[in-house]
Amino acid sequence: MSSIEANGKTYETDEEGYLADLNTWDKDVAVVMAQIDDCELTENHWEVINFLREYYEEYQIAPAVRVLTKAIGKKLGKDKGNSKYLYELFPYGPAKQACKYAGLPKPTGCV
Amino acid sequence: MADFDIPELKEFPVVPHIQEGTMAHSKPFVSKEQFQEPLGFPGELVDNWQEVAYDKMEELTGKYRSLAVFLDSCVKCGACTDKCHYYLGTSDPKNMPVARQDLFRKVYRRRFTFAGKYFPKLVGAVDLTEDVLNDWYSYFHQCSQCRRCSVYCPYGIDTAEISMAAREVMDEIGVGQKYCNEIIAKVYKIGNNLGLPQPALADTLEGLEEDIEDDTGVTVRLPLDVKGADVLVVTPSADFFAEPHVDGLMGYAKVFHEAGISWTLSSHASEAANFGMFIGSYENMRKVSLRIREAALDLGVKRIIFGECGHAWRVAYSFLNTLAGPFDFLDPKYPVPMHIMEFTHDLIQRDALTLDKSANDDMVLTYHDSCNVARASRMGPKPGGQFVLPREVIKASCNHFYDMPQDTIHEATFCCGGGGGLLTDDLMELRVKGALPRMEALKHVVETHGVTHMAAICAICKSQFAKVLPYYGFQMDSIVSVHQLVSNAIVLGNKQ
Repeated sequence: MSSIEANGKTYETDEEGYLADLNTWDKDVAVVMAQIDDCELTENHWEVINFLREYYEEYQIAPAVRVLTKAIGKKLGKDKGNSKYLYELFPYGPAKQACKYAGLPKPTGCV
Repeated sequence: MADFDIPELKEFPVVPHIQEGTMAHSKPFVSKEQFQEPLGFPGELVDNWQEVAYDKMEELTGKYRSLAVFLDSCVKCGACTDKCHYYLGTSDPKNMPVARQDLFRKVYRRRFTFAGKYFPKLVGAVDLTEDVLNDWYSYFHQCSQCRRCSVYCPYGIDTAEISMAAREVMDEIGVGQKYCNEIIAKVYKIGNNLGLPQPALADTLEGLEEDIEDDTGVTVRLPLDVKGADVLVVTPSADFFAEPHVDGLMGYAKVFHEAGISWTLSSHASEAANFGMFIGSYENMRKVSLRIREAALDLGVKRIIFGECGHAWRVAYSFLNTLAGPFDFLDPKYPVPMHIMEFTHDLIQRDALTLDKSANDDMVLTYHDSCNVARASRMGPKPGGQFVLPREVIKASCNHFYDMPQDTIHEATFCCGGGGGLLTDDLMELRVKGALPRMEALKHVVETHGVTHMAAICAICKSQFAKVLPYYGFQMDSIVSVHQLVSNAIVLGNKQ
């Protein structure tokens, strides 16, 4: 099992760097995960990460890209409610990269 | 962008010189115990793995006559050598279909043929050693089971079937592939590849209804688990989740709305894809298929229609009746099952839809034939309907359409590079390189006809292209769903 160190704590991850246990997530590990990808988390990133975590808590799955863009559009203004904006924040793909930082499992299937 | 070399797009396709071993490092993550056991496979490599593998090979070659014939009949003519997109994209000679088959064939010869038992060196027969198993794991996960090579083989040898057999043998000894097996386990637990539970699905569909209403002013339903509906639509779960898939799903909904036919999705059978086929496991393929039968019976529908998903249509068209039939409870007036393309095409033929082609005037389209639809199925009443129907639906929905070069479409189509259970990030290098022939064909029509978008009817193709197009300098959103074009063009509320 792989792992990530953040603030003196060890977090177990799978082969692709997703947290093995969703409950071990905290903000420190999200910051370190982003650093590994050369990404600095801004307020805008946190809006997305927080929404993902809220959605996951309710539905036990990450939201569809469209659900995410709509929610972000409502929160941050229509100009940001599109996948282009999300790809600017998370260039490896909002569904996968943002899920990883939020501690959620990776979406699987033909996506 | 990538830690590997991205192949250069040439003006004309060039068959590369061989470079041995360039893809020997490419291996997907191995499945873990928790994904193996729900599928009935051991959690890790079993102690007597060679014996178990030989027994399985004997069982498979005994059970599937085709497999034994494919292993016995190759004459090494070489017709297949330059037909595989993975060979063309990687230059690794083990990605030549004949060489891939030989990884399996040489062990088969050693164990099951007279010459291989007594004169192994003369016929290139070897035991299943650890090195051979490593090669199997690597190179049988570099075959997308697209069957292009079999079109050119004078004996019709189907490498896909050999890949499936090899993967099944590996699963049987405890060496499964994480991507496929995790997904199949999710279907058993939740009902779809994504792991999308019923409440999330219901919420997603509600959101799409809102979007259509905001966009068109018309209330179009995306019903879920509605008993007594006429039609059960079974579609890949990517249609609920990813772009441009979801635009296609909204297209189906608008078509049903205009046709005035009641339909429903099912949370129990919320997946058209059937990864059981990719791992060659009849039992798992059957178990996944049975969910569709159960949902159809439970909801009391009269017809089953499949959404845009390539290998799902192969399983549905070619195997569904024997896997999960008989479907004698459905309305015998309609084919079992039916493809959404047949449904929409029929409505267009009968002038039951109003399509405003100019709604797609911002695009110049081409069409990517998905391998499993092109080479393993059919649509409509005539041979070749699987090529004709999607093109006719596209042409009815837009003004500008151009086909890619002849040797890259219809039955000669190239795989997107991500089919057959390879659409996973741990195989990104393979996926990018395997997309080369399709990207070259696309570049050709971009340059000669100003094509801006490529349409497809397979969830894997759509996700694969959205990911790999940027590596070749194209926009990620230049891949579209066919029913997305229909969705853009359809004029709602026009036909009564």
